[in-house]
Amino acid sequence: MKAGLALLSALCLTACGDVVADTKSPPAQPQPLQSGYKFLQPQTQALQDDDFANPGFLWIDRGEALFSTAAASGEACSDCHNDASLSLAGAAAHYPQIDAESGDLINLEGRINLCRTRHQDEAPLEYESDELLSLTAYVAYLSRGTPISVDIEGAAAVWFARGRDYFETRRGQFNLSCTQCHDDNWGKKLRGDTISQGHGTGFPAYRLEWQSLGSLHRRLRDCDSGVRVEPRPYGSDDYLAVELYLAKRAEGLKLETPGVRR
Amino acid sequence: MVRADHAADLWMIRGLPVLAMALLAGCGSEVTSRFATPVEITGDGIAAPLLGLQGDPERGKAVFAEREQGHCVLCHAVEGLDAEFQGNVGPALTGVGARLSDGQIRLRIADAQSLWPDTLMPSYYRAGGLNQVAPAYAGEPALTAQQIEDLVAYLGQLDGERT
Ligand code: HEC
Ligand code: HEC
Repeated sequence: MKAGLALLSALCLTACGDVVADTKSPPAQPQPLQSGYKFLQPQTQALQDDDFANPGFLWIDRGEALFSTAAASGEACSDCHNDASLSLAGAAAHYPQIDAESGDLINLEGRINLCRTRHQDEAPLEYESDELLSLTAYVAYLSRGTPISVDIEGAAAVWFARGRDYFETRRGQFNLSCTQCHDDNWGKKLRGDTISQGHGTGFPAYRLEWQSLGSLHRRLRDCDSGVRVEPRPYGSDDYLAVELYLAKRAEGLKLETPGVRR
Repeated sequence: MVRADHAADLWMIRGLPVLAMALLAGCGSEVTSRFATPVEITGDGIAAPLLGLQGDPERGKAVFAEREQGHCVLCHAVEGLDAEFQGNVGPALTGVGARLSDGQIRLRIADAQSLWPDTLMPSYYRAGGLNQVAPAYAGEPALTAQQIEDLVAYLGQLDGERT
């Protein structure tokens, strides 16, 4: 049975050119590696560059306040994380990562929620809630300018392979893969948009289209919907895996939260 | 979240439907079963109008430009067409009617992916063998036979002079 399945899938893999699970080889990095910022109109770049005009700072300011607000346990994030101990400067550039205690892959949102449940006696925050966006943006902002670097060895390897598979597999009514736009056609025009290399380095980012800050998963849902795919839920395993693949693929680019995007 | 010690399950869950899909789709070899209605391909074209319908070039122009319809301008430009921000991911279609026959245009709209397996051009009359389609579109082709015939009528008359 097992051999039969393997043979069948081998046949189909060769016949259809489907993706083979690949945990080893590095992601195809577009060359030269360029942030989505490079593909924006000058006025959008200017908005990102000016910390006083960049609307993302509304969330960062709220996040900073929440960070030092005492929780049910009596402790604020800032009681554990300050310049003297467990500083978060640079931390966000290494997410997603495997949480040692549970063995799960977690992104920054997941880590913030684990701190809440484990150390602060608080309920986890909802994805895209103003509080979670604000805290995530603030913590990511503490790593602004740090080059992205994530671990894809050990328990993360299977997640990395899964993310690559999602990235490379055609899906939806239009039957397109992420690769086809972001590896093969970046720099070209999709109507008024220049297709970028599809890096997540600006997120959480303020999108003019949303008139709000939003998470990377929200952006992934938009790309999926555009191809008429049923999007995965926020925080789903598939999107976490894609987030890890994207981070590895972007390795060397700098984290730029709060990005401003079209 | 799936725990790492369940990682093997994760592959099973993911692997099996993909395999089943591939089998259902016959790995893309049974070209005719991919279409919303039976279609006969000869050479690199579909000679007969879909469902025998008559196309209208004016309507076709609207299908080509409008977001609610084909929205082909996302990827293609036609010189002189009254539509802002035409894309360039696909080739410009100015004068395409002088290059391609109606039958060739019809197949390129209906199922470009059967001609060029790696292409970015969606297959607009395909309804089967697809993966993770949003429920609102599942089992339906992206355009109706009538919309495709209207596009063929519109593009077929683009000879480089007409827009
Ligand atoms: C049909 C083309 C297309 C497909 C397929 C597609 N995208 Fe995108 N994507 C875009 C466009 C257009 C944008 C907006 C402009 C930009 O930043 O690239 C975008 C933006 C993004 C961004 C934000 C980049 C930034 O700097 O703000 C990410 C991340 C991304 N896509 C990832 C993906 C992933 C992952 C997939 C597959 C699940 C995918 N995309 C599928 C066209 C596509
Ligand atoms: C997501 C991008 C995309 C969209 C949307 C799209 N196309 Fe295309 N189209 C392409 C690409 C890319 C090619 C080139 C085929 C290749 O070589 O891969 C192409 C090729 C074609 C050709 C063949 C041109 C030639 O000279 O051989 C025709 C005709 C065509 N498209 C018509 C349409 C129509 C009509 C629509 C809308 C209903 C449409 N396309 C929507 C990307 C797109």
